[in-house]
Amino acid sequence: MAIVIDMPKLSDTMEEGVIAKWNVKEGDTVSSGDIIAEVETDKATMDVEAFDPGTVLKIIAKEGESVPLGGKMAIIGEEGEDISDLLDGDDGGGKKSEPEKKKTDDKKEESDSGKSAKKDSEDGDSEDKDSGKKEDEEFDPLFGELEDDKKSSASDDEGEDESRIKVSPLARKMAKEQGIKLSDVKGSGPNGRIVKKDIESYEPSSKKEAKAEAPSGKAAAKPSDASNYEDVPISQMRKVIARRLGESKFTNPHFYETIDIDMKKAIEVRKTFNEMPDVKVSFNDMVVKACAVALRRNPKVNSSWLGDVIRRHKDVHVAVAVAVDEGLLTPVVRNTDSKGFSEIGAEVKELAAKARDKKLQPDEMEGSTFTISNLGMFGIEEFTAIINPPNACILAVGAIRDVPVVEDGKVVPGKRMKVTLSSDHRIVDGATAAEFLQTLRSLLENPMSMLL
Amino acid sequence: MSEKQFREAIREAMVEEMRKDDTIILMGEEVAEYNGAYKVSQNMLDEFGGKRVIDTPISELGFSGIGVGAAMNGLRPIIEFMTFNFAVVGMDQIINNAAKIRYMSGGQLKIPIVFRGPNASAGQLGATHSVAFESLYAHIPGLKVVYASEPYDAKGLLKTAIRDDDPVIFLESEQMYGLKQEIPDEEYTIPFGKGKIKREGDDVTIVAHGKMYHVAKKAAEELAKDGVEAEIIDPRSMKPFDFEMVIESIKKTNRCVIVDESHPFAGMAAEIGFIIQRDAFDYLDAPVQRVTVPDAPAPFAKNLFDLWLPDAKQVIDAVNTVTYRN
Repeated sequence: MAIVIDMPKLSDTMEEGVIAKWNVKEGDTVSSGDIIAEVETDKATMDVEAFDPGTVLKIIAKEGESVPLGGKMAIIGEEGEDISDLLDGDDGGGKKSEPEKKKTDDKKEESDSGKSAKKDSEDGDSEDKDSGKKEDEEFDPLFGELEDDKKSSASDDEGEDESRIKVSPLARKMAKEQGIKLSDVKGSGPNGRIVKKDIESYEPSSKKEAKAEAPSGKAAAKPSDASNYEDVPISQMRKVIARRLGESKFTNPHFYETIDIDMKKAIEVRKTFNEMPDVKVSFNDMVVKACAVALRRNPKVNSSWLGDVIRRHKDVHVAVAVAVDEGLLTPVVRNTDSKGFSEIGAEVKELAAKARDKKLQPDEMEGSTFTISNLGMFGIEEFTAIINPPNACILAVGAIRDVPVVEDGKVVPGKRMKVTLSSDHRIVDGATAAEFLQTLRSLLENPMSMLL
Repeated sequence: MSEKQFREAIREAMVEEMRKDDTIILMGEEVAEYNGAYKVSQNMLDEFGGKRVIDTPISELGFSGIGVGAAMNGLRPIIEFMTFNFAVVGMDQIINNAAKIRYMSGGQLKIPIVFRGPNASAGQLGATHSVAFESLYAHIPGLKVVYASEPYDAKGLLKTAIRDDDPVIFLESEQMYGLKQEIPDEEYTIPFGKGKIKREGDDVTIVAHGKMYHVAKKAAEELAKDGVEAEIIDPRSMKPFDFEMVIESIKKTNRCVIVDESHPFAGMAAEIGFIIQRDAFDYLDAPVQRVTVPDAPAPFAKNLFDLWLPDAKQVIDAVNTVTYRN
């Protein structure tokens, strides 16, 4: 019977050896005690002896090759012996003709059962483990329940991991009794199997909430207390906000320019308008109109980045950010530049009401070429906004403040409003944005010019 | 109560029954003049005479057959094998006649016979003298199989075996004959099919019978030092088997290791494991593990034999596997 020459342990600390020299070649006859090779260990170069006589049938590790402890170096046996089962795919297995291959398989089976018997005594039962594995692949006894799991997760918005959940029968039963979703539990067993202790230590988020509420009666738990919070499910709108604005902020190279606008005349004009019967114009309406006119005059700002081209929009559609309970919406006032103050005002009012009532239709929120976000009514002096894709810019509008201003060398009371333009640098450069802001300022500082 | 060796417990069971029932005879190699190869039948020839305590030639098939014939004709023979490894040559009588005659005669004939003697390995006895036969006999319908681990159980179970009207395979061990235990002076019997919880614990159920009970006991002592409390169930009779006790224990522990001196393939452990997965599926937190001798004959060399025979370390490893401790 052919014998494999394994890398022997030639020093206490060696983990591998390098074949320094073979003293034999394939086909050579060796007798017991012959020095067949020299092996370099971590300490020295040592001789490797043949223990059994025979013919060198195969040199597996070539000179210079490193072989781990117990790794195959060579095979010695009787000339002509079939050693394919000893090679274990090390070499040439695929070249064999069909009947020979069959023979090899049979031999393999024999040696396999021998091996498994040995293992059985060592670690309980490897044979069973193996056949169990096969069953796992072919037969899924939990199919029915898994289907249910799949269905319930499919009803969620996010596609959950639908792969097979490995769970001990006991853990599955416990989870079912306690209404715990197995896909929420992390398994600590082999291959991530969910076992009893994983279910026992599992804390659903609702449990955490209950915990957080309980101690709050007592001197409102310490802020550092990890249980002192509430997990709020993410609404569809928040998901969209998170995705779109995250994308915008992280991909569009934003830059910001702020300009201070004298609103004295705008205030006067508004007052005049509002004295007319059935007319109600807000500062916001005036800003919207001013932006629309400024966009018409600065078409580079009225653009979108499409990746391969920059699209200049021929129409001006200004979107207005409207705060709602769950977040914000941006209804669009179409052809804004061709509409008057009161027309814009009426439309914004109607769209804002619809937005709050969740009655906005998708087409009423699509197609904007520019967006305005106004926090002036909250007394915000100035802020920066994130561009609303696919717009090139967004205007953040602050409050009109009473400020001392210098006019003709004298300090006099003034009415000023700061606006900040966020621009996508891929489309708009600093000067372009500045020109737009200048136009905007001159329009608001001379409101009648908007009517021209 | 008084302390008795395993061999004394078995002797007492036979003697007490033979005093009450004249139809009981003991037959086997060296049971009479030599007082038994392992001194189990000491002084029994003196008390009961050569008609009831009978030395046989070295012919297991022959005296097994005589026993079956005697049982068919109204006696209640106890057949002692010097070891069940020798009973292999008598298996035709045991498996084909003793086990089946009641069935084949439509219940007209009964075979109240006990085949008893040491089973399995007993140190370096070589491949042909080291086989554990409980799985093999338990496989055959019509045979009851008992493998006691302690003197108390042995006495009570052997009395039940002698009184049973069907053939019983009663397994002992050369290595356990000297084992001592306090046993009651008054009479008692132990029914078949009733296991015994010999150690209580919540963490894992270890099922171990015969000589392997002592291996499991040692493993449990070691595990306890590590904070793992094993519950040991000694089923005592292999067939009928107390599955209910095992299932109830698993409902508590959720894990099971079976220690069996038989070979693994189609052995007792496989059968017990099957029933557990069928009846306790929802209570299992880990696949059932078994510790058995390998699917290979016993080696003679001491070092190899020690590796071959299940020991406490193998049991501990299996417990660690089912408790996910490694």
